[in-house]
Amino acid sequence: MNIHEYQAKAILREFGVPVPDGHVCYNGASAREWAKRLGEGPWVVKAQIHAGGRGKGGGVKLARTADEVRNTARDMLGMVLRTHQTGPEGKIVTRVLVENGCNIERELYISLLVDRATSKVTVMASTEGGMDIEEVAAKTPEKIFMEAVEPLLGLTSFQCRNLAFSLGLTGKQTNKAVSLLQGLYATFVGADCSLLEINPLVVTKEGDLLALDAKFGFDDNAIFRNPRIGDMRDYDEEDPNEVEASQHDLSYVSLSGNIGCLVNGAGLAMATMDIIKHSGGDPANFLDVGGGATIERVTEAFKLILSDKNVKGILVNIFGGIMKCDVIATGVIEAAKQVSLQVPLVVRLEGTNVAKGKQLLAESGLNIVAADGMADAAQKIVKAVAAA
Amino acid sequence: MSILIDRNTKVITQGLGATGLFHAQGAREYGTQMVGGVTPGKGGTVIDGFPVYDTVREAVYKTGATASVIYVPPPFAADSIMEAVDAGIELVCCITEGIPVLDMVKVKQYMQGKQTRLVGPNCPGVITPGQCKIGIMPGYIHKPGKVGVVSRSGTLTYEAVWQLTNVGLGQSTCVGIGGDPVNGTNHVDVLRMFEEDPDTEAVIMIGEIGGSSEEEGAYFVKEHMTKPVAAYIAGVTAPPGKRMGHAGAIISGGKGTATEKVAILEECGISVAASPADMAAALLKIYKPDGLKVAV
Repeated sequence: MNIHEYQAKAILREFGVPVPDGHVCYNGASAREWAKRLGEGPWVVKAQIHAGGRGKGGGVKLARTADEVRNTARDMLGMVLRTHQTGPEGKIVTRVLVENGCNIERELYISLLVDRATSKVTVMASTEGGMDIEEVAAKTPEKIFMEAVEPLLGLTSFQCRNLAFSLGLTGKQTNKAVSLLQGLYATFVGADCSLLEINPLVVTKEGDLLALDAKFGFDDNAIFRNPRIGDMRDYDEEDPNEVEASQHDLSYVSLSGNIGCLVNGAGLAMATMDIIKHSGGDPANFLDVGGGATIERVTEAFKLILSDKNVKGILVNIFGGIMKCDVIATGVIEAAKQVSLQVPLVVRLEGTNVAKGKQLLAESGLNIVAADGMADAAQKIVKAVAAA
Repeated sequence: MSILIDRNTKVITQGLGATGLFHAQGAREYGTQMVGGVTPGKGGTVIDGFPVYDTVREAVYKTGATASVIYVPPPFAADSIMEAVDAGIELVCCITEGIPVLDMVKVKQYMQGKQTRLVGPNCPGVITPGQCKIGIMPGYIHKPGKVGVVSRSGTLTYEAVWQLTNVGLGQSTCVGIGGDPVNGTNHVDVLRMFEEDPDTEAVIMIGEIGGSSEEEGAYFVKEHMTKPVAAYIAGVTAPPGKRMGHAGAIISGGKGTATEKVAILEECGISVAASPADMAAALLKIYKPDGLKVAV
């Protein structure tokens, strides 16, 4: 799950991490009002969409007067912002963040994430703020500094000082860095983050440290204990099909191909996409119906797949373990009837009660092509779609 | 022989609710010694022949169990793992999907220096065919034999096992290590056990996008393994930045792609199946078992 920058900064503020003063606005007039309340300017007007690269796309602008803030906000609101992360269709800006500008002396980089190799939260810092960190890591790894956190101890002061000195901070800045880093760690743990990236962290001409931009990733598994984070979810920023899927407990990711997939199990679902590609086709989605696929869930899954207008055929691949194949077959038949299926459907069933399942499909009177094994199934659906 | 479990393994179920009970019954039918369950507050009762205890300590004391399987819901599962560790359980299989990652970070720290091996979470479990089944996999697709299987995915493991069984190759032990980013056992741990197990002759290793468990496994194979290893990596078509079902199956920062993993695996001498339909075939390219009758 992702959130907007203004929400990210509100969370950071709560955990004592210094961020510029600012406020979210939905129209030009309120942007002007807030600018005056915030200070004397200059201000920065920032388009709030869930994508990086906003500056290059015209989504971050400096304004020197309150009227300029209003005009800039008006121009930005309603515009389609295209960045390298939004894709060519872009995203419509519905809200802007107005915040106080600052005098930047240096730009640094900080991120926290769970390092899978050590099973610990790791703090990563770099002197190369404002840059793409993967590029820095590849080209100048000596400019990246890391500290792994003992989970039962938390981020210690000496670790923060190590990072601060590595970043070239001196004097009182070091103490500010210790408090800022510990605030970031408290945020990471307190909000169950999977990623927290401050890029850039700025050192101002006045010698203060400020988190100028923040990117959060949250652990979906922990949203249940962070209901306020869950409430920040902006459904307009997500693929509507993926939102619909999550409401039915289906794991779905839309892709650009034309063969819809309905599979049980995440690994098998990925493998099904791969084998379609391997057989010369193009998968339209990842879809895991899970272990307890009921008729209702299978029906919802079919509806979801078919709501993608690119879909020219569907491949159902089920390895019935605990789930019995005859139950799945009944679900597929019911669903196909309910959605009055028009595109070719290939079904591969394997596992418990497979003979019974295949018999049900054969006797259904529906135009269902039965397949033996994954390879056969993939070849059949690719052929059927090519012929259609 | 086998790894982790055999016919003498005594198993308790933590979380004997509807799901836990269903799978405990399945395991018992398979022949596993399912000696009881733990549900706090229900100690002293008996559910379908399974004596229930309030704590894991008590269950271990009364039954002599050395393994446990966890079906406790995600908010409480990390605590259950630590309870089993504290009670001295040797093998904990955590089936629960959806445990917060930071809970697992604490569990891993808690387990430092303890004797327990954790498999999972978010995994199908472990099976030594014909002897002991701990978890949710369908028993009948397996066949006792000499091929070890290690995998991050459940149904994809069944797919591999089914292919092996169909070409006449049985399995020594199949271990599902689970799809979470922070887990108890990784590919290297299991590969090492298979290498040391006299009854395992060859291994199929199944991986997917995200993390570097497969790459570390591959380097282990190259440096330390004498037995043939075949593999399959799911997710060649997975887009970057999207979580593909499993919490751990995500390409982040351009790292952990299937293509990258396959290249490293092949460099390390592993026979990688290009298609998930060819996992057994990929193994048979480098492993010629005695007396295998089926033509492939």
